[in-house]
Amino acid sequence: MYACPMKSPPNSPLLLSLLVALLLLSIWLSLALGPVSLDAGQVLAALPGLVGLGGDGPPDQALLILGQIRLPRTLLGLCVGAVLALCGVAMQGLFRNPLADPGLLGVSSGAALGAALAIVGGVALGHSLRGLEPYLLSLCAFLGGLAATALVYRLGRREGQTHVATMLLAGIAVTALAAAAVGFFTYLADDAELRKLTFWNLGSLNGASYERLWPLLLVTLLVSLWLPRRAKALNALLLGESEARHLGFEVQRLKRELVLCTALGVGAAVAAAGLVGFIGLVVPHLMRLLVGPDHRLLLPAAGLAGACLLLLADLLARLLLAPAELPIGIVTALIGAPFFLFLLLRGRH
Amino acid sequence: MLRAEGLQLRRAGLAVLNDIDLDLRAGEVLGVLGPNGAGKSTLMAALCGELPLAAGSVALAGRALRAWRGTERAQRLAVLPQRSSLDFAFRVEEVVAMGRMPHASGSEEDARIVGRALQAADIEHLAGRSYLTLSGGERQRVHVARIFAQLWPGAAGKVLLLDEPVSMLDPLHQHLTLQAVRQLAADGVAVLVILHDLNLAARYCDRLLLLRSGCVRAFGTPHEVLQAEILKQVFDLEVLVQTHPGLGHPLIIDR
Repeated sequence: MYACPMKSPPNSPLLLSLLVALLLLSIWLSLALGPVSLDAGQVLAALPGLVGLGGDGPPDQALLILGQIRLPRTLLGLCVGAVLALCGVAMQGLFRNPLADPGLLGVSSGAALGAALAIVGGVALGHSLRGLEPYLLSLCAFLGGLAATALVYRLGRREGQTHVATMLLAGIAVTALAAAAVGFFTYLADDAELRKLTFWNLGSLNGASYERLWPLLLVTLLVSLWLPRRAKALNALLLGESEARHLGFEVQRLKRELVLCTALGVGAAVAAAGLVGFIGLVVPHLMRLLVGPDHRLLLPAAGLAGACLLLLADLLARLLLAPAELPIGIVTALIGAPFFLFLLLRGRH
Repeated sequence: MLRAEGLQLRRAGLAVLNDIDLDLRAGEVLGVLGPNGAGKSTLMAALCGELPLAAGSVALAGRALRAWRGTERAQRLAVLPQRSSLDFAFRVEEVVAMGRMPHASGSEEDARIVGRALQAADIEHLAGRSYLTLSGGERQRVHVARIFAQLWPGAAGKVLLLDEPVSMLDPLHQHLTLQAVRQLAADGVAVLVILHDLNLAARYCDRLLLLRSGCVRAFGTPHEVLQAEILKQVFDLEVLVQTHPGLGHPLIIDR
């Protein structure tokens, strides 16, 4: 078509298949490895039982470990990683800045405040809401995240238009406010609460259960089905808001949808696993270096890579100091930061 | 094709556009001139619905601009802003191909049109390069190509609004770009272009609109508008107006 030779575009089918293969491998490792190592035969033999097709008789040990501990944990990790990475792409598109983080809208700090409230004030709250007690922490975190984002969104609106720059500044202010409130609760907390609070702030997939998984699974499905439908609009948005409007996109609605999507996605992820940093910022950036900025390719790549990275990080978190566990936020930063720096330096040449 | 009546626009309580009537016709190139801050870009923003009007109306092909659906409007009306803030490493032809987003013409036809647009903006040699590695002028040509791709094939009923499309280009590419714009007009597109170079405006525009402080100071053919005393009043610039020996359009020489 063009008179001159073109640098070939990234080979997208190959790259996506590689990522899918890597994800399958991560899932396999996440199911098989742990304090009790299971070999391939044991995992395969337990598969029918996991989906409810097992024969009669008492379930064996492998099935119990897989079904009750490792499968929910693996699925939780997969969802948290994918949804954080996807929301990171959405935020970087919305702010037209490759350094934007899903936490910019105040959702993470709002969730942290909700969690602090639940942990420190939990006893009092739990008494009045007895039936909700097991979900209290997740629920408070989710609602805290939504409330903070709603506030930031309201503050960023003027004359019916969303001002992205104002929203960014409002996000910083709301984050600072929430941090102050979290600090206050930390001050009030006793030793046990303090420890719980600290661990939650570093993120963990420990104690994953199906009750914690379902809401997040639903939100992850929603986000990963919906965001790719807006891939072209996101591409246009990178040109600028008025340019996107002149290309026929309803920018105001798109911005609202992106904010809602991030609030739900990050809110649900943080509610289920605490504050897992780094994924939302680095995975989109990293994938952009590999596949380019086109969201039609970037979104699926980031979702897959986010899930992989989180599963592998969780694997390290449980194996490095076994039988003790590291908070996963430490591991994601430990893997992600050097790799990110490597790509950054390589990109300079 | 694009008709504005009684346009008034305020910013922070100050009138920046005052009672402007404008009828942009199919097949013509209308140049908008005026000193910095005269309201040229504001006028363009008002014409494409980017800024809310205090009074007046804008109609595209006889239908109020607001009544058009986004995609339908984008198929007819293309707008090139003064500068773009793209900060992501798209390849040049990917940026140009974004102009095809409002259309459902199929990837084969789109590739053909993108190829032609690259040719028209003389950036074929940049295909495959990352947008971020380009110079300011090259970036401007990429966006010009994107806008061409959005409107191609030129036909009556389409409107092109350009805000200083050649401000960063070398002399050769200023001419090449405006010649391509003329070609689109010859195919029936109605073009409004904001320019600073009076001689380029004299050469490539059919009619000129001269703005000062948000008001129309002169509106007519280049010969009617580009007169020494008018230019002295609007730009406070002493000039000599001659006739181009070869082409016959006014030639403005600084005194």
